[in-house]
Amino acid sequence: MLGIPENAFIAMLAVLGVLVIATVIQFILRLKRPDIDYRELTQRIVSWWWIIGLLFLFLTIGTTAAIVFFAFLSFLSLKEFISIVPTRQADRNAVFWVYLSIPFQYYWVTTGWYGMFIIFIPVFIFLLIPVRMVLKGETDGFIKSAGVLHWAAMLTIFSVSHVAYLLVLPEKQVMAGGVGLVLFLLIMTQFNDVSQYVWGKLLGKHKIIPKVSPNKTWQGFVGGMFTIMLVASIVSPHLTPLNQVEGLIAGILISVSGFFGDVVISSVKRDLHIKDSGNLIPGHGGILDRMDSLIYTAPIFFHYIYYLYY
Amino acid sequence: MNRILKILFVALFVRPLVFIILGLNVRGRKYLPLSGPAIIAANHNSHLDTMVLFSLYPLSVVHKLRPVAAADYFLCNPLIAWFSLNVIGIIPIARTGKINKNGIFSACHEALDNGDIIILFPEGTRGEPEKTSKLKKGIYHIVKDREDTPIVPLLTHGLGRALPRGEALLVPFNCDVVVGNTLPPAASSDELLALLNDAYARLLKDCLTYTGPA
Repeated sequence: MLGIPENAFIAMLAVLGVLVIATVIQFILRLKRPDIDYRELTQRIVSWWWIIGLLFLFLTIGTTAAIVFFAFLSFLSLKEFISIVPTRQADRNAVFWVYLSIPFQYYWVTTGWYGMFIIFIPVFIFLLIPVRMVLKGETDGFIKSAGVLHWAAMLTIFSVSHVAYLLVLPEKQVMAGGVGLVLFLLIMTQFNDVSQYVWGKLLGKHKIIPKVSPNKTWQGFVGGMFTIMLVASIVSPHLTPLNQVEGLIAGILISVSGFFGDVVISSVKRDLHIKDSGNLIPGHGGILDRMDSLIYTAPIFFHYIYYLYY
Repeated sequence: MNRILKILFVALFVRPLVFIILGLNVRGRKYLPLSGPAIIAANHNSHLDTMVLFSLYPLSVVHKLRPVAAADYFLCNPLIAWFSLNVIGIIPIARTGKINKNGIFSACHEALDNGDIIILFPEGTRGEPEKTSKLKKGIYHIVKDREDTPIVPLLTHGLGRALPRGEALLVPFNCDVVVGNTLPPAASSDELLALLNDAYARLLKDCLTYTGPA
C-alpha cells in the first residue's frame, strides 16, 4: 500500500488504531470527570499525533525523505543537548563543526556506505573537534569541552543515524522491508517505556537507582522486559528477518538498553538541575526527553540484526 | 506598506530563523503586553534579541513593536538605515548625549502616544556575551510622566552564544525567553533600575540554558 510493504503498512495502521483508542478514552475521561484537569494528557496525545503523523508521512514519501527526517531529528536533539550543557564561548566554532557533521553522516546513510557511516563520527569527528578547538587556542576548560562535544555528537548524531541506516539495509524480509525494521525498533522502544511505567505503577516497590530516577522500580523493569519479550517474539517474524527466538532476544536487548538510555539522559538533567530538556513538544518536554531510550536502543538493535543477517 | 514589509519579514525570515535554526523555551508568555502603550525592558546580548521578540507576537501586532536603537550604529549606512527604519521600525536614538533629555526621547513618547509597544534595552549595548552590563537611566526619563505605560521585564539567555557581538557565524542554540510581571511604579531612576535588576535576577532562575550558580 502506498509503496510500503504490506506488513509494515499493517503495523502503521495498528499504531494509528492505538492512537485513535487513546484519543477516544481521553475524550470519555474528560466528559465523565470534568472536575479533573486532563490538559497534560490531552497535550501529550495531540503531540503524539504530530510525532507519528510526521514520521509516517516521511516514511511513506520514500527512503530519502525519511533519512532527511531523521537528520532533522538529530539536528533538533543536538541543538537541545548543546544548549543545556555548559559550553564555552570559545567552543562556538567547534559546535558549528559538529552541526556540519550531520549532513555528512546522513549522506553516508543515503549512499549505503557502511564503512564510512560507522567510523565517521567515532573516528574523524572525534579527532577533528579538538583540532578545531586548538585552532581557537582557548585552553581553559579544553578537556571538558572536547568531551562534551564528542559525547553530544555520539548521542544525537551517531546513535540516531542508526535508525536511518535500517532503511538502506538490503531487504531480507520482503513483506516488511527497511520500514518494517524502523517500525519494529520504534514501536518496541516506545512500548517498553510505556510497559515499564505501567508495571511500575501497578507493582512497583523496589527502586533501582533512586538518586537518578525515583520512579524506576525492579518490578516495572522486569514486567516491562517480559512484556516486550513476548510482543517482540510474536511481531519480529512479520516485521524483521528475525525468527521468534531471535526476536525474543531482541526484545530483551531493547528493553535493557531502553532503560539505560532513559536513565542516562535523566542523569544529565539531574546534573544540570532541570526537569525537561526543552519545551519543544507540548506535554512531553524537549525532544531529548522523547529520544532518550531510542539513543540506546537504536545502535544495540542495529548491530544485533547486522551481526545475525548482514 | 511598511506594515506589510514587516509582516513579510517576520513571517518569512524571522520566524523560520527563530523557530528552526534557534528554538525557544518560553516562560511567562502570559505577561507579554499585547497592546500599547507599553515598554518591554529586555537585556541585550545579540542582534537576535529583537528577532526573538518579534517572533513571540502574532503577525497582526508586529507593526506595533518598536525597538529603540542607537542612531550612530543603525543609521550610518543608507541601506541598513532604510531597512531599520522601514522594515524593523526602529526608533533611532542619539547616544552622543549632546541633545537635551526631552529631545532624545520625543520619538519614544510619540510612539507610546500612538499605542505602540516599545522595546528598550536598558543596557544600551550588547556588551559581552551572556553578561548583563550596567543599566542606563534613560528608561526612567521615558516613563516618569507616563503612569499609563507599564514596564515589562524580559530576559533572554543563550542568544549571546548563538550570535554574539562582533561575530558573523550564527551557531544554532536553543534560547530561553522569560517574561516577568509588570514592574511596580518607581519614584526615582535608581529605584527603577534596582527593580529591573531584581527582576532580571529572578527571571534568570527560570532559564534552562543557564548553568551558572543558582
